[in-house]
Amino acid sequence: MRYLIPFLVFVTMVVFLAIGLTLDPREVPSPFIGKPAPRFSLPQVAETGKTFGNEELQGQVSLLNVWASWCVSCRQEHPVLMQLARQNLVPIYGLNYKDERAAALGWLKQFGDPYRTSAFDADGKVGIEWGVYGVPETFVIDKQGVIRYKQTGPVTEEVLQKKLLPLIRELEQEKTSS
Amino acid sequence: MIAELGHMALIMALAMAVLQSVFPLAGAHQAAPIWMAVAKPAARAQFFFLMIAITCLALSFVNNDFSVVYVAKNSNSALPLYYRIAAVWGAHEGSMLLWAFILGLWTVAVTVFSRGLSEEMGARVLGVMGLISIGIQLFILLTSNPFERIAPAPPDGNDMNPLLQDFGMTIHPPMLYMGYVGLSVAFSFAIAALLGGTLDSAWARWSRPWTLVAWVFLTFGITLGSWWAYYELGWGGWWFWDPVENASFMPWLVATALLHSLAVTEKRGAFKAWTVLLALFAFSLSLLGTFLVRSGVLTSVHAFASDPTRGLFILVFLGVIVGGSLLLYALRAPGIRDNARYRFFSKENLLLLNNILLVTAAASILLGTLYPLLLDALGLGKISVGPPYFTAVFAPLMAPIFLLAGVAPMVPWRQGEFVALARRLRYFFDGSLLLGWGLVWLWLDEDDYATMAGLSMAFWLAATMLFSLYSRIRLRSSWLEGLRSQSPSVYGMTFAHLGVAAFLVGVVLSNHYSQEKTVRLAPGESVSLGHYAFKFEGVSEVTGPNYQAKEGSFRVYRGDGEVAQLKPQKRFYRVQGNTMTEAAIDPGLFRDLYVALGEPLDQGAWSVRVYYKPFIRWIWLGGLLMMAGGLVSVSDRRYRLLARPAVHREGVPVGALTKES
Amino acid sequence: MKWCLIFSGLLLYVNVQATEIRHFDDADKQQRYENLIKELRCLVCQNQSLADSDADLAQDLRDEVYSIIQSGKNQEEAAQFLVDRYGDFVLYRPPLKITTSLLWLGPFVLLLIGASFIWRQAKRRSTRPQAPELTHEERQRLQHLKEKLGR
Repeated sequence: MRYLIPFLVFVTMVVFLAIGLTLDPREVPSPFIGKPAPRFSLPQVAETGKTFGNEELQGQVSLLNVWASWCVSCRQEHPVLMQLARQNLVPIYGLNYKDERAAALGWLKQFGDPYRTSAFDADGKVGIEWGVYGVPETFVIDKQGVIRYKQTGPVTEEVLQKKLLPLIRELEQEKTSS
Repeated sequence: MIAELGHMALIMALAMAVLQSVFPLAGAHQAAPIWMAVAKPAARAQFFFLMIAITCLALSFVNNDFSVVYVAKNSNSALPLYYRIAAVWGAHEGSMLLWAFILGLWTVAVTVFSRGLSEEMGARVLGVMGLISIGIQLFILLTSNPFERIAPAPPDGNDMNPLLQDFGMTIHPPMLYMGYVGLSVAFSFAIAALLGGTLDSAWARWSRPWTLVAWVFLTFGITLGSWWAYYELGWGGWWFWDPVENASFMPWLVATALLHSLAVTEKRGAFKAWTVLLALFAFSLSLLGTFLVRSGVLTSVHAFASDPTRGLFILVFLGVIVGGSLLLYALRAPGIRDNARYRFFSKENLLLLNNILLVTAAASILLGTLYPLLLDALGLGKISVGPPYFTAVFAPLMAPIFLLAGVAPMVPWRQGEFVALARRLRYFFDGSLLLGWGLVWLWLDEDDYATMAGLSMAFWLAATMLFSLYSRIRLRSSWLEGLRSQSPSVYGMTFAHLGVAAFLVGVVLSNHYSQEKTVRLAPGESVSLGHYAFKFEGVSEVTGPNYQAKEGSFRVYRGDGEVAQLKPQKRFYRVQGNTMTEAAIDPGLFRDLYVALGEPLDQGAWSVRVYYKPFIRWIWLGGLLMMAGGLVSVSDRRYRLLARPAVHREGVPVGALTKES
Repeated sequence: MKWCLIFSGLLLYVNVQATEIRHFDDADKQQRYENLIKELRCLVCQNQSLADSDADLAQDLRDEVYSIIQSGKNQEEAAQFLVDRYGDFVLYRPPLKITTSLLWLGPFVLLLIGASFIWRQAKRRSTRPQAPELTHEERQRLQHLKEKLGR
């Protein structure tokens, strides 16, 4: 009977390896899921006199999209975000990560601006606070300012339909805390 | 045209592999000599076609045929010829073809060196190797065809990854594959023995030289890889516990255990079931390694273009071959009888302990490598398992091996006398401790217990090894006669174990006493490190065949005398557009001096890293010594006496076992 | 690795400085910094430690670790800063938790199993009756037989 042990251990290993084929070893899950969004307050990209921070995120379901003009994948997801902005289902805010103001504004002008406003994170420190490690990333934040989901990588139509929109609808049903 | 020829040849090779496995295996089962006789010619034909296939691929590279996708992705007209040839195994598809070719090579070797092996056993061994060939070749033809064309052909290729454009890197994969794939021979012998029900010391005697040669190549491949990583990747490291490094190290550990276990099975008829299992494990780990590198399941520095479809194929292949073999083991192993008797303190038990330690080490590395995947699959989060874990777990497991490797050869079979041995060795024990402590205390200012312990173990190992050799020699009438009368395998063992001691010295001293500094240097300034002063002279422009470089010039002084001139480079490869740092090293038996350019700063100054690494070459010298030991052992006449009386069908060899110890 | 090289090349603002020059108040802090960045994993070039990686983010994270250590905090606190934001993935030394207990205890357990195996084997084999030694007559017969078989 004990001679079967190597075989059984092997089978167990193969099962895990097979599951492993469906996973992405590079993806780093966010420790903020279910936790309040990190505090920040940054100047806006467009209107430098004004700031944007957590207060603006309270009381509504919102998306925070981390983007940059130098990021190639951001261009990929941009049409999806533009469409989402047009539908006005959920406010989209931007976090402009380690960019130059002029380049960022030029990019928005050229490709369109789906954001209510974008915060300007020049040195990337706020990005680090949010656990950003690759651009683009998108956070779904609920009415209480708690992060409920993080999308690493571009938001594709599929991700939007299958993951983001259902979650946003669910979060809209939740009551706001007083 | 040439690529199509290669493609066709590969298909023919597959056909031959099918013949090589179906008929002989069925023939051995039915006792049909004609079917069994198909094995050798089919194997040789298979090799012939594989040779054509890989030559065609090489020619496509030499001729800069960019209409072949694989060539376009991995080569460039500016790439020097020798790298164009090496590009054959530079990426996934080509390296799989190399894998298949090397398997064909080992198969042909088995057909040549198996005179005296019974018809039935020979047919089974070749049959199993044929099954493995079928799997690999199907994989290449169905998912990873290097001969695919693209139209229109691009005007020039993508160039080879600059990291691979290096001598060490070009021979490292072939050597490794010779090792990995070579373990399939021991695997096939084990399966053949299980199928035929003949597990005896003759089986062990047959398997030993094959395992030894594969082990030698694997040792060489790993040593090369480590040395390459040191001088090419920078930052002075030589082992990163990266998943693919682990994937080569695990089969090595198990193959080492297998070598020792085969010795016991051959000489004493003990551990038969355990040895068979080790033979199965060793090659299984090779296949697992192939899976890990190419499936995308783990992130790794070595990962080839990873693709879950390919991963699935290899996983199924792995499941069939390894699962089948382990199932066969579960069925047949209970029937294996061995009647060896030995007491607790005996060579048998010490070798068994050695096996357990090596296998536990391999299993721990496997656990660490796959653990992140395990947790992720269970939805329990994502962790990383890196060098801190592996060194914490591996070093304590190795310590008993270092302590016992020199002692075990002196312990007799069956029953040893612990007290008498301890008395004989007592002075070596004290001496080693004293030397270890003394050298550390004298030479270096600080007391570091880990280093002392490591050094003491190395001295102990070397001393006991030499003493055991001496004990054998002095039984003869004169020194010369004593030296000549020892069989090569005794010297092989001595060299290999001394290699382990050298390796340990290298690791311990370089780990603890290396120094490094990162500084800003303007031309004319110097930095001192230990007894050495590194003077930066300036940077000049250098043009290479496919790169543009900034070359720094450094002079190293010790006291007043100049010791070396070092020229590190920062290369910019034109085609792929990336920058590589080429460190400059002044190698020495007792220390390496290492300089790497960082970034240009203001006013012609640069950030520079300098290193002083004592005894680091001993790490690879240790590896080379182990290799030498293996080669010396293989030259032993016993193995060449393969024209021995054939093994009976029942597995009882005619003639008694040899009485050598 | 290759991906990382391409990625760094694509950045418009290439400010790669894995060879940074850092100044510390004392050697102790320097040691802490250097030890720590070797044990942290780069999130972009995931096959390199934070010490070795050329990626932009790696540099930013090194800056963070540097300022935390300079301010007098110890290695654990600096590591915790990163773990709070990126999770356990960033540690090369897996923390000892319930989920990693198998990992850390596994090798030890395997060793115990192996040791007990050796013990049981040795007991079993040494208590078996030894084969009786050959008598002088039997030895002669054996020699005779050997000669007959030409060995």
